[in-house]
Amino acid sequence: MPKRTDLQTILILGSGPIQIGQAAEFDYSGTQALKALKKEGYRVVLVNSNPATIMTDPDLADATYLEALTPEFVRKVIEKERPDALLPTLGGQTALNLAMELHANGTLAEFGVELIGANAEAIHKGEDREAFQAAMRKIGVETARGKMVHSLEEAVEYQKELGLPVVIRPSFTLGGTGGGIAHTYEDFLRITEGGLRDSPVHSVLLEESILGWKEYELEVMRDHADTVVIITSIENFDPMGVHTGDSITVAPAQTLSDVEYQRLRDQSLAIIREIGVDTGGSNIQFAVNPDNGRVIVIEMNPRVSRSSALASKATGFPIAKIAALLAVGYHLDELPNDITRVTPAAFEPTIDYVVTKIPRFAFEKFPGSSDALGTQMRSVGEVMAIGRTFKESVQKALRSIEADVRGAFAEMGVEELRGLLYGNPRRIEAVLELLRRGEGVQALHDATKIDRWFLSQLQEIVAAERELLDLGPIQSWKYEVWREVKRLGFSDARIGELVGLSELEVRALRKAAKATPVYKTVDTCAAEFEAYTPYHYSTYEWEDEVKATDKPKVVILGSGPNRIGQGVEFDYATVHAVWALQEAGFETIMVNSNPETVSTDYDTADRLYFEPLTFEDVMNIVEHEKPVGVIVQLGGQTPLKLAKKLAEAGAPILGTSPETIHQAEDRASFNALCERLGLPQPRGKVAETPAQALALAAELGFPLMARPSYVLGGRAMRTVHSLEELSAYLSEVYAAVEGQPSILLDQFLEGALELDVDLLCDGKRAVVAGVMEHVEAAGVHSGDSACVLPPVSLSPDLLERVKRDTERLALELGVKGLMNVQWAVKDGVAYILEANPRASRTVPFVSKAVHHPLAKSAARIAVGHTLEQIGFTETPAPNLYAVKEVHLPFLKFAGVLPILGPEMKSTGESMGLDTDPYLAFYRAALGAKSHLPLSGTALLLGEGLDEVAATLEGAGLRVLREQEGDTLPDLLVDVTASPLLRAALERGVPIVSTREGAVWTAKAIAAAQGRELGVRSLQEWQRGAGADASS
Amino acid sequence: MIRKERAILALEDGTVYRGYAFGHRGETVGEVVFNTSMTGYQEIMTDPSYNGQIVTITYPHVGNYGVAIYDMESNKPYVRGFISREFSGEYSNHRAQQSLEAFMQQYGVVSIQGIDTRALVRRLRSGGVVKGVIAHRSFTHPEDPYGEFTPAEEQVYVQRARDHQDIDGHDMTREVTTALPYAFPTLRHGKRVVLMDFGIKHTIIERLAEVGIEPIVVPAHTTPAQIMALQPHGLFLSNGPGDPAPLEYAHRTAWELMGLLPTFGICLGHQILGLAAGGKTFKMKFGHRGGNQPVKNLLTGNVEITSQNHGYAVDIESIPDGAFVATHVNLNDGTLEGMAHSRYPVFSVQYHPEASPGPHDSRYLFDRFIEEIDAFDGADGSPVVKAVAGRLGV
Repeated sequence: MPKRTDLQTILILGSGPIQIGQAAEFDYSGTQALKALKKEGYRVVLVNSNPATIMTDPDLADATYLEALTPEFVRKVIEKERPDALLPTLGGQTALNLAMELHANGTLAEFGVELIGANAEAIHKGEDREAFQAAMRKIGVETARGKMVHSLEEAVEYQKELGLPVVIRPSFTLGGTGGGIAHTYEDFLRITEGGLRDSPVHSVLLEESILGWKEYELEVMRDHADTVVIITSIENFDPMGVHTGDSITVAPAQTLSDVEYQRLRDQSLAIIREIGVDTGGSNIQFAVNPDNGRVIVIEMNPRVSRSSALASKATGFPIAKIAALLAVGYHLDELPNDITRVTPAAFEPTIDYVVTKIPRFAFEKFPGSSDALGTQMRSVGEVMAIGRTFKESVQKALRSIEADVRGAFAEMGVEELRGLLYGNPRRIEAVLELLRRGEGVQALHDATKIDRWFLSQLQEIVAAERELLDLGPIQSWKYEVWREVKRLGFSDARIGELVGLSELEVRALRKAAKATPVYKTVDTCAAEFEAYTPYHYSTYEWEDEVKATDKPKVVILGSGPNRIGQGVEFDYATVHAVWALQEAGFETIMVNSNPETVSTDYDTADRLYFEPLTFEDVMNIVEHEKPVGVIVQLGGQTPLKLAKKLAEAGAPILGTSPETIHQAEDRASFNALCERLGLPQPRGKVAETPAQALALAAELGFPLMARPSYVLGGRAMRTVHSLEELSAYLSEVYAAVEGQPSILLDQFLEGALELDVDLLCDGKRAVVAGVMEHVEAAGVHSGDSACVLPPVSLSPDLLERVKRDTERLALELGVKGLMNVQWAVKDGVAYILEANPRASRTVPFVSKAVHHPLAKSAARIAVGHTLEQIGFTETPAPNLYAVKEVHLPFLKFAGVLPILGPEMKSTGESMGLDTDPYLAFYRAALGAKSHLPLSGTALLLGEGLDEVAATLEGAGLRVLREQEGDTLPDLLVDVTASPLLRAALERGVPIVSTREGAVWTAKAIAAAQGRELGVRSLQEWQRGAGADASS
Repeated sequence: MIRKERAILALEDGTVYRGYAFGHRGETVGEVVFNTSMTGYQEIMTDPSYNGQIVTITYPHVGNYGVAIYDMESNKPYVRGFISREFSGEYSNHRAQQSLEAFMQQYGVVSIQGIDTRALVRRLRSGGVVKGVIAHRSFTHPEDPYGEFTPAEEQVYVQRARDHQDIDGHDMTREVTTALPYAFPTLRHGKRVVLMDFGIKHTIIERLAEVGIEPIVVPAHTTPAQIMALQPHGLFLSNGPGDPAPLEYAHRTAWELMGLLPTFGICLGHQILGLAAGGKTFKMKFGHRGGNQPVKNLLTGNVEITSQNHGYAVDIESIPDGAFVATHVNLNDGTLEGMAHSRYPVFSVQYHPEASPGPHDSRYLFDRFIEEIDAFDGADGSPVVKAVAGRLGV
């Protein structure tokens, strides 16, 4: 059946701020869906509060609403836009839950909006544990023995049947929030109680333990004609017990015979049919008992998921795009496979390589939380690597993750290493190190339950490390020896470590032996058909499939795995660069290792290399492609730190030069520059040793801001008030950070107002794009502070001066592209804190606030366009206030107090737009899922909150200055960092932990009181239109 | 392991792939083809349809889950050689009884690994299937298995590949069909069906038995009279290796029995039916071998993901008088995947509904066969003939 013509307007819901369990993959899926539906001629409306995403780019949807993903706001959008259909399966759990709410409260029926992709009944059957279990019983698919309980009493009763350990899964929560495995009765009580609380429907599933079983996922697609295909199978390296999002996973399944695989396939087909997902992708998870093959289905997601994104990248099959097209009526056999062009999408991809995904964690930012992995997801990002064998693939993935612990592990004792075999982020490295020490596969299997096949593959890597020392001096290695060594996935750096040479020396010897990588194609069909899609990976074989072209080419380096401080906003910037350079007539080449992103979609750049972002892998591509240049300034710290080495090896770096980058990042040269330009700076010193740090601190006086050099996201940054605090800090830093970084000590401007300034400079002209005023005062990392653009509390003179000084600095540095400068204003003086001559985290936010695509302009500047040609010669004067608020992941890190500091902890952000700054803040807070109350009780703890109290009382809230018994308020403002913050957070009460935040919150509540907030699309803001803007 | 015993794959076109020895040490020659299934190497090796062929598995790891007696599709491997990017030394699976290498050594399967199998597949895709030789260094130079073959030695193997008899025009089923008829003591009930064995896979027999058929397997040369003497309710023409054109005795048998018995053919059996009806078959460039081939059922409109293994195909247009009509087509290349007789209860598919390895989407065909058998004596006529007439307007 061709596409439906009875639909004109389709509403798509995004997933809101990036959070653990729901990250950039939904930007990828939403972007694919928007592009596909728009191309089919539908009018597409999008609601998503997250400005850092590519999907919220005003060019992608016909109407883009940066509004909170709440039933109230989406209802307003529906009322205004009158969509014919809502596609709820591409925005993660958030979109699915929201669609269910809109269905339940009658909004969809009222406005005649049809749910397409998955109907309410299917969503319920897939998501509700009891309904799911009943459905599985009906089709004879086994589930773990278990029962849904709705109270602690019921739980205690059922646990007697199950014994221990028990798995506890709350209903309808993200990434398994609140769930866990209880090994003791006390744990059982604690986790069950928490799960009942976190579940929006207050129920949890108690299940028999299947810890240590093999874990698999199948990605399934179905169309209206009931054609069902499996896109790929995925096998978890980490067996059951570790959330699949936190597991190392491998595609396709490695240790299943055909008989066993077909059993999973048969069950998957039966499940998707029984659940009744009409069209699109679903993800089904299975556990397989390694001793007897017993299969248990764990769960199914009736929507596109993180695993779908991985499956898309792993196979080349664009799941989200196809899901969107199936939702509007197409059948799989009517859609072409883009890659082969001649064959239809109704097929099952077969691959001729191995894909490994490794998650990335951020435990170091949450001291005190255990890194033991369980059923609740806590990774913040992931990398994927492609190799022809598992050994090559896993070694590429390990070097993509940018968290090398091998050196540290090499110094540990065997017992200590054995102590790291529980499920934790570094387990695979502990396994490798123990194999090096001679530990056997069986012993490691007994300790970890990791399948013996995976362990034996790792053992082969370790054996090769030893064997390569017996192959004669490396200088004598012939091509074939090199090829066999490199085929195992060893990097030049690692080979160098083993033989005692530098990476560059190894590289030179390797190239002299003509051992350079070839590039193979990801084609969905194992080369059975000719592939047209330029999606490649390196390996060491003998046929290269990438034909040289003679067009001018630019290589754009992506940002690698998402992490706190380096997230989807850098993907936004690099994708925009691709688009801008394509328009400017260049062939664009993307290099990235992050499967969650739009940048690694094969139809974003002209050519995609899915490769680790290391010097070796990038330089190989540069030598292979011979581009006119490489863009490193848009992907965050990961590509930036390669700049110098790439330049020295002869890669032309476009835009801001590595020398300028160094000049801005090197403390001494930056201080000298500021002095020359007469820019006030907080007094600061650089200490090379701990002793020197203490001496300099005494000289500078306290409070001080201390941090190691060259880090992103405020990692290991702290305010210290005394010599004792500083000593404690120093010993922590040297234990945690690789190498011996120098320590920067700066006078801390307590209570100062911070500013973030983003600017474009073409070398001749510099133009500030936007100035953001932080809500939180100095001392809170800029990435964690809410901010407002334009500023509301700066005098015009001071604002002008900050702009002028920022522009002067950029010109002096010779910036060619973007720069972000942070300022602190205290007592009428603006002090410069730091300058980063690269795309900052705020680029997408500012671009949307000032209606100018900054990253596109930066890319154009990099290839020689001037600001005049671009048409950006003045700071835009926006017709609105834009507020950014952040989402913090504290809930996932048990026992951590949810307070802000100089170390960045937020995972994502929301944006609120309004003509009133406080209403913009209110919208942004809602968008960040902080549901500020307009009535009820506010509890205010701490000094200096009188104004806040008055404002809130004026807005009609009941204000308490101390807690009444055990009851929790509807809003908690606590500037004393008391444990009540944690308790309130866990019970879903909005919390505010800073005085400045409290002031804004109170004013926002007051402003929103009695107001009917309208909705206005980004496109309307841009045109200056939109009759029913709020205020 | 970085250093491994050497081996080469020499193709008749002069290409030599230098890799490493695996399996039984020796030398082998055959037609080089590729299969894109990611699981099921043991089923592929033991499928008699691969008689005479050296099979390249495109998935780069083979042997991961070992070998299990339950996964045999016949009594032994029939592939002439096996090619993989990497064979696993270690295996892990609760069903496994031995390693793939031990299995190969037990049955004398000569294999090669470590070559750029993707390059080889691209070569086969663009140039078509070719004959090739796998030669192990340790077989000819046991004193120096790690050394390289000289160019002259390599040329000898290229010549050996060229000199090898083509599969085309030869009856490859003689080597794989049963010598004597046999039945199954445990399957003595249900409708009796004669299975003409051109190289039948065990799973086909299992699937037929599952729907209530009593199978009697007979040699390929069994005459129509001999078959009818067994008083069967139906006839089944099995899969098998090689070119269907030279099997004239089988075409004759099928032609003589056409209309007398409900008949179902799979793969080679399907081709034999096409030839029996006066049609033609042709050799495909590189065939269909894998577990992901999309087939559209023209009678229902459904798409099935199928398991396939064939190098020849029936040209439906060449069958005179529209005796057979297409019921299934391949969505990738439009080739014929299934047909049904317009008057008789005779139908066949080019692909493998019994799968093994591969998806189980097409098992309904076995149900359909038993329905034909059940309907044959009744007054209502053949369901398939009616379906074809109804849906295709024949």
